Amino acid sequence: MGSDAVFRVEGLRKSFGQNEVLGGISFALHSGEVTVLMGANGAGKSTLVKIVSGVYARGAGAMQLAGKTFDPQTPAEAIRAGVVTVHQNINDGVVADLDVATNLTLDRLSGKGASLLFKPRNVRAEARAVADRMGLALDLKARVADLSLADRQMVAIARAMAHQPKVLILDEPTSSLSSAEADRLFALIDRLREQGVAILYISHRMSDIRRLADRIVSMRDGVISGVFDKKPLDYEGAVNAMLGRKIHLDRVVARHSARAAFTAERLQIAPGARPISMTLGIGEVVAITGLVGVGKTALAETLFGVRRPLAGTMHMDGKPYVPKSAREAISAGVFLVAKDRAASGIVGGFNIERNISLPFLKRMSGLGVMKKRAERVVARRQIDELGIVCRSEKDELSALSGGNQQKVMVARWMSQASRLFILDEPFQGVDISARRDIAAKLRASADGRATLIFVTEIDEALETADRILVMSEHTIVGEHRNADIDLDRLLAEVAGGPLHSAA
Amino acid sequence: MTARDYAIRYGFIVLLVGLIAYFAVAADGFVSPQSAVFIFQSVAITGVLALGVTATLVVGGFDLSIGSVATSAMMAASYAMVVLEQNAIVAVIACLVIGVIVGLINGWLIVYMRVPDLLATLGMMFLLLGLQRIPTEGRSIATGMTMPDGSVANGKFSEAFLALGRHRIDFFIPNLIPVSVVVLVVLAVLIWFFLEYTRFGRMMYAVGSNERAAELAGAPVKAYKIWAYVISGVFASIGGILLAARLGRGDIASGNNLLLDAVAAALIGYAVLGAAKPNAFGTAVGAVFVGVLLQGLTMMNAPYYTQDFVKGAVLVVALVFTFALSGRGKR
Repeated sequence: MGSDAVFRVEGLRKSFGQNEVLGGISFALHSGEVTVLMGANGAGKSTLVKIVSGVYARGAGAMQLAGKTFDPQTPAEAIRAGVVTVHQNINDGVVADLDVATNLTLDRLSGKGASLLFKPRNVRAEARAVADRMGLALDLKARVADLSLADRQMVAIARAMAHQPKVLILDEPTSSLSSAEADRLFALIDRLREQGVAILYISHRMSDIRRLADRIVSMRDGVISGVFDKKPLDYEGAVNAMLGRKIHLDRVVARHSARAAFTAERLQIAPGARPISMTLGIGEVVAITGLVGVGKTALAETLFGVRRPLAGTMHMDGKPYVPKSAREAISAGVFLVAKDRAASGIVGGFNIERNISLPFLKRMSGLGVMKKRAERVVARRQIDELGIVCRSEKDELSALSGGNQQKVMVARWMSQASRLFILDEPFQGVDISARRDIAAKLRASADGRATLIFVTEIDEALETADRILVMSEHTIVGEHRNADIDLDRLLAEVAGGPLHSAA
Repeated sequence: MTARDYAIRYGFIVLLVGLIAYFAVAADGFVSPQSAVFIFQSVAITGVLALGVTATLVVGGFDLSIGSVATSAMMAASYAMVVLEQNAIVAVIACLVIGVIVGLINGWLIVYMRVPDLLATLGMMFLLLGLQRIPTEGRSIATGMTMPDGSVANGKFSEAFLALGRHRIDFFIPNLIPVSVVVLVVLAVLIWFFLEYTRFGRMMYAVGSNERAAELAGAPVKAYKIWAYVISGVFASIGGILLAARLGRGDIASGNNLLLDAVAAALIGYAVLGAAKPNAFGTAVGAVFVGVLLQGLTMMNAPYYTQDFVKGAVLVVALVFTFALSGRGKR
């Protein structure tokens, strides 16, 4: 790294309780360069951003801005010193009920030296100056709530730029933008780069990264796992460093399936995406892998009936399958362990037993009255089978570890027989032993149904699946049998581009 | 269980028992069948409303319109009998229909029009407060009243209808238990069984706790929410029937306190047995708790104007029990 780095981080550490999230991060940002930070979920990116932007205090390490020590105690201090962050959630960066002009000058309304009264004409003049500097063509009187997401994003960035920062951090700014909207954002970023701002751009989207990156820093498990700054940039190497590649001692023995349980024909899940066709066999475990935001969850939800495909058809056991709700999917024998158990799985007020029986209340009741004994028997059997660590089936889920909570979610959907069992990111926030247990249970019980898991981490796919499909840009771009896999090809497919080299 | 767990679980029940013991010693005649019946009778109407609003609390909603549904039902029953000269059955059906319709509209506003529950039912409350006065141009309804067009309404409350509010059933002692208390007990048992022991009740709790999880588990979330408001509306209209039967006239000035008292009973119910969630048993205990307190204080000659203060204090203490001590508020 050159000596002209405007911002430096040395040996940054952070732990939450026992859990070390950052294990000594060092990197540097240079003026007029876009540095892309890549990392899978849980790699520690957001923690890093929060430390740099003054939200969290750091555990250890040092930061330097333009040669001086940078030690923000609050977000406001970080901004005043010249490090400005635009967070992932666009609406955190703007006040929806106010107009554009007020939003652009919001930070001057508070703090030292702010005048007591609010002069609309001055505000508008100031806002006009900010907007012009950014090349922003927006009606300053428009309410932010009435703007498109992209325009709101522009306002949030323009607002950040009103501080004339030396360092601008953008946390997944394109995650909710369309590609045309993203192009406008990229043009803005190019402009800022020319003005000499050092930009840290956090994203998994390979198309963004190819378009913008001057350098790529990959993060994995709280440490920097690779820095790529030689042109042309080694995108596959960066993805590889982010996802990691370990030696697998317990590789699975891939099985073949004779009979199809589920087929999809020319299924289109996003505008402009190439259609997906696939067949899932009885007794086989298929993993679909791909980076965050490539449409894995959209596909899972389409199969489960909570999202409509734009085109194409699906069949279960040869019969047409057109689910219009989760309810219809479940009665057709399609079960889904949804991503993010806290938001879409766990019922907080219910104990283990009630969480497990939730989708099958009808089968466990007579004339609407719950058969509590049947419910308890099922819960106890599932607790045994999955090895859920608890005192009894009456435990509340908040008393369980993350891994055991996830086991309860899996147990819920394994308590009855399914034809197609879908698990979306079943290993997220799960410790290694629980992950092994769940994977082993999935494989052991795979007979009689098709099993489909969606995972970002390639390791998890290699440990669990007979067959691995790769997703990119809302479609399936590759297929591998989990035996003697060509990992270079798989990684290239994940990275979304043509195979550049053997590296 | 630790001492703290015991305190959370049984604290409120112990408080209730302690209160009864105290009044038994301090107030003459507090411990008697008549006094117990009086307490139940005084909380019968608010209790029925509170059980209804519990259903909406269970699905994570709220119903502010229950008080005005009750008074609208009372006015409708009076209008049906006094002005339209109909019999008791027609009057009762008219009330129940009002409850169902208001519940459906509330549910539709909240589920399909995406109006926040508090605001939708607040709007409905105002709407009904106004609506119930329009047919008589703001007059109370009683036999012999003059109608807006100058005619005299000659219908009267049927005996069968009045019996709902005034008849007393023999129970060991002749003429002991009023019908309204029987209605309260029956409805309490019904809703308690429904919420605790049927799959519908179970799913309503799931909807209230994590709507998305319930939906992904195949529950028709929208239908459950609408049903909760229908239950609340019907219970409120039953409360209105009891009110009309007790008063024997359609009094536009009555029922002012119904909403607040009912909501207080349901919220006090959170603290009973450490449930920390809406539950029918707790609601019933909450209603009785308030009744005991007011009856005891009245017998000890506390002035009537201190009643609301006492109720408010009980509610605040109960909420502290629920949220601070049990730690559920953190989630």
